[in-house]
Amino acid sequence: MIGVGKVKQYGNVLDKPLNKGKTEVSLSAFAFLFSELVQYNQTQVDNIGELERRLEDAGYAVGARVLELLCHRDKGNRRETRLLGILSFVHSTVWKVLFGKVADSLEKGTEHEDEYMISEKELLVNKFISIPKDMGTFNCGAFVAGIVRGVLDGAGFPAVVTAHFVPMEGQQRPRTTILIKFAEEVLLREARLG
Amino acid sequence: MAPVAPRSGDAIFANIEHVNCSWTVQNAELFTLTYGAIVRQLLTDLEEVDEVNKQLDQMGYNIGIRLIDEFLAKSNVSSCVDFRETAEVIAKVGLKMFIGVTASVTNWNAEGTCCSIVLEDNPLVDFVELPDTYQGLHYCNILSGVIRGALDMVSMKAEVTWLRDALRGDDVFELQVKLLKQVPEEYPYKDDE
Repeated sequence: MIGVGKVKQYGNVLDKPLNKGKTEVSLSAFAFLFSELVQYNQTQVDNIGELERRLEDAGYAVGARVLELLCHRDKGNRRETRLLGILSFVHSTVWKVLFGKVADSLEKGTEHEDEYMISEKELLVNKFISIPKDMGTFNCGAFVAGIVRGVLDGAGFPAVVTAHFVPMEGQQRPRTTILIKFAEEVLLREARLG
Repeated sequence: MAPVAPRSGDAIFANIEHVNCSWTVQNAELFTLTYGAIVRQLLTDLEEVDEVNKQLDQMGYNIGIRLIDEFLAKSNVSSCVDFRETAEVIAKVGLKMFIGVTASVTNWNAEGTCCSIVLEDNPLVDFVELPDTYQGLHYCNILSGVIRGALDMVSMKAEVTWLRDALRGDDVFELQVKLLKQVPEEYPYKDDE
């Protein structure tokens, strides 16, 4: 008989032990799945802004769950309360778990106090996607922007997160930048905490 | 030229190690969570469980017709002699290559046209629990679409249905793959032109 004595049956998915996060699937499986997500959403919307919003909403749900999973598994249930703390958490831990490497860079915006940027030379979701000219500034990185927004929101740092292409000289494909603009209350709290 | 003897499942499986070394892999959790986001979006938009099942199957079909090219290019399997070998290749090589699960093939019928592929673990359903209101949902229906699409592109019309679903209380996932007919390859040009 298949499986006798091998797998313990749990009544509830919450009782199952968390796996260590070492399982892997092929990159192409994810690329195919993501392309289907984008294609399905293209049939449901009329304009690009709506499409980006839907991708971001999908990412938001992923982000909220990633935060819970990682806080429990990798950080031992410690909360980040400082701005730089949560940003470096996103830039290193979250990126490493989701994409296998830390993000290329984390920068503070020079024009506004509340803006931070995480840049990546070749974002995983954009790797196999080309944007036709008539779609203008549409960026599938909106999905990743949604993930970041989900993580920040769940951690108590509400922000507006968007994804942009930044053309680089000497390189054929532009760099992708995730722009994070924190809400007013986050900066007030940060100032108060010293 | 002597015909190639059918390769046993083990021989095909041993070939996989070499494939995985040069395979780009990535974390399964992003994959699982993205799939969950897709199913959630479909449920919000379509609301009817049957509609969602159909849409997942269609999405899987679209993936399958493209996935078969990559599979044939990267896995170096020779053409299968019969449907038995096809099913073995799907279960041992294909599923392992793309989602990292090793499945087994059982329950062959007398003519060799219908079999069951059994998956014991499945990365698509990590962290997932089906609520009572959605008991009719085939959560992994995308897999049945992928297999159907891939077989369609190699001229085999098949019907893929779910027999057992671990999310609904069974202990494993079981897919039934039934070969309906083999469509011979048609040349796009006539010989006399």
